Amino acid sequence: MKLTKLAAYAVAGAMLASPVMAELVFPSLSYRTGPYAANGTPVADGFADYMTLLNERDGGIGGVMTNVIECETGYSTEKGVECYEATKGEGALIYEPLSTGITYQLIPKTTADDIPMLTTGYGRTSAADGNVFSHTFNFPANYWTGASVGINYLLSENGGSLEGKKIALLYHNSAYGKEPIRTLEALAEKHGFDLTLLPVDHPGQEQKSQWLQIRRERPDYVLMWGWGVMNQVAIQEASNIRFDMNNFIGIWWSGSENDVAPAGDAADGYKALTFHAVGTDFPMFDDMQKYVVDAGLASGTGEHVGTVLYNRGMYGAMLAAEAVKVAQEMHGTADITASMMRDGLENLVISDETMAAIGLQGFAPNFTVTCQNHGGPGLGAVQQWDAASQSWSLITDFIAPDMDVIQPLIDADSAAYAAENNIEPQCN
Amino acid sequence: MYDQFLYGTEAAINGLMTGVMYSLVALGFVLIFKASGIFNYAQGVMALFGALTLVGIQSGQVPFAGIINAIFGTNIQHFGWTVPAVAAIILTIGVMVLFAWLVERYLLKHLVNQEPIILFMATIGLAYFMEGVGDLMWGSNIKKIDLPIPQGINETIDSLTYDWFGYGFYIDNLDITAAIISVFLVVALTIFSQYSTTGRALRAVADDHQAALSVGISLRKIWVIVWGIAGFIALVAGVMWGAKSGVQFSLSLITLKALPVLMLGGFTSIPGAIIGGMIIGVGEKVFEFIVSSSWFGDFMGFTMNATENWFAYVLALVFLVFRPQGLFGDKIIERV
Repeated sequence: MKLTKLAAYAVAGAMLASPVMAELVFPSLSYRTGPYAANGTPVADGFADYMTLLNERDGGIGGVMTNVIECETGYSTEKGVECYEATKGEGALIYEPLSTGITYQLIPKTTADDIPMLTTGYGRTSAADGNVFSHTFNFPANYWTGASVGINYLLSENGGSLEGKKIALLYHNSAYGKEPIRTLEALAEKHGFDLTLLPVDHPGQEQKSQWLQIRRERPDYVLMWGWGVMNQVAIQEASNIRFDMNNFIGIWWSGSENDVAPAGDAADGYKALTFHAVGTDFPMFDDMQKYVVDAGLASGTGEHVGTVLYNRGMYGAMLAAEAVKVAQEMHGTADITASMMRDGLENLVISDETMAAIGLQGFAPNFTVTCQNHGGPGLGAVQQWDAASQSWSLITDFIAPDMDVIQPLIDADSAAYAAENNIEPQCN
Repeated sequence: MYDQFLYGTEAAINGLMTGVMYSLVALGFVLIFKASGIFNYAQGVMALFGALTLVGIQSGQVPFAGIINAIFGTNIQHFGWTVPAVAAIILTIGVMVLFAWLVERYLLKHLVNQEPIILFMATIGLAYFMEGVGDLMWGSNIKKIDLPIPQGINETIDSLTYDWFGYGFYIDNLDITAAIISVFLVVALTIFSQYSTTGRALRAVADDHQAALSVGISLRKIWVIVWGIAGFIALVAGVMWGAKSGVQFSLSLITLKALPVLMLGGFTSIPGAIIGGMIIGVGEKVFEFIVSSSWFGDFMGFTMNATENWFAYVLALVFLVFRPQGLFGDKIIERV
């Protein structure tokens, strides 16, 4: 009897002592609960499903399986930092915190821990300066390039001149919402348009004062930097005062199906910026359906596949996966570390060939990341909502931002951060 | 200057209407506080839960579909039918009454004679519990309310005021509807509490629990009734706010708008909730209009925006200094 027990212990011990299978760990700081759950859920689903697809179809990345560790933040900065601390010891390769507030808190932490962070389309804009922000990447677009793309689109709509036009910025009264103000003020000076700033307090369920002001002052265009319930209420209020939806343009966080659905037909014609395509008309989605959704392995119900926010989460995972491939090739090992992952991100090249190989050709612009430029080209397109077909469609090609205006702002802000934190430039 | 007067009047009228929307949330707080002395932190989540349940029932959504699918490996989301609006409302009221019974049976009954702070903490727990249950039952997607609630600018008021003043006022049909419903609710609640036996019993409990018990009034039954009525009012508030933004989890945050209304109107007065809401609504809208205007900027050298959230609380605090019990609240007399 004793021998049997001993044998069992020996086998169990041998099993425990055997080498742990290598895996690529991707913490997912998601928010499936709380006031922003409707937006956080499809983003998290898209991220998780793409990693599942790589495991099921390709056997992981470079032969190493991916492992998504999800941690619920509830879109709370404090919980986001807790999630970071709780998961960084699990071999985390990269963080995509899905929140500007969490991003600001994690910039010094990730730098100290030598773990890279990717904040696609959000976070601290001046992190595009890789010379100062060694571990933070915000390609392919950020808030300042978004503001400039929006103005460039309006320039193209107005024969190249916005002289004398009135543009109102309706923004969430938070660090996120205030991000485009400096850029828009500089662009207003350059192009001669009149900029009106209309802040909306969190959460944005009540915006009567702002829309009464818009009704009185009749701006030619309204740009919106909103999030969550603020978006839905703004679109409803715009339709209430009969503001022309063709002249109402949201940033990419104000342009999902969630934002237009409550207003119904009244939202028809509403526009939003984006840095990636919409829908499922790409070969990759066939694989997603076959290997993930139909196989019952989808993170959610599968109903979000192809929606704006699902595609954004999927795109974030795709960029991380491509950076892993670069890192594996650079360092000659499939089982990379976070430090190697940072190198992969800094040497990432997204080309037509890359996107075609993934099955996403034309889904998003090409770009090259360098030590100096962690922000990419900042290209953005305009999408428009068609209430009849209940779908978004791109109505422009990807538009370049005005880097002559933005680059000095990025340089000034990153220089101030470097001086404040005694950071030496990392690129030679 | 005439233009500014018209704009200011428009802002004030919109403030009145918005204030009524705040009152809808505050009414539920008042009812429960009057009957049981509990500050029900879960009132906002009750509004969310009621609206979620209404939309879920109406659209034929399978409750707890996520859990069912995970356990049985199925993929069901909808029953494949829709429920007529009236039937869905009746069923939702039934769910809210069942909820009231469950709260009394499993929460309040065990906390009789506890300190108010303990009861308050229990309602915080209840709020989080309900939010989780709501998510599990109906999911976190934003849902559109499919009820014939008028919305958008009121054309009659717009054209009439344009004819009279040369400027058409913008009043939202949704706000007008909310005002009518609120008046109806206040009248109905007043008649109920003044003239029905249950209403009188409710008032007796509100005045003195011990005395009410001594004359044979069942405290537990009254609590179920009060929480049921508060649940119905929460449903109305959830529907009206949900019509504006879609039914989504941020609806639970409307509680923040009710707090200054309660501080101003008093925690124990039904008319106080309405009047308090109107004062807060008008105050915050007119203040915002003044401090964001160009003439204020010319005069002061600066303008302000997004003042509504903090101004409502400042206004309520000013009232607290002079009338701690609120405008219509019962005066607190402590005898040694």
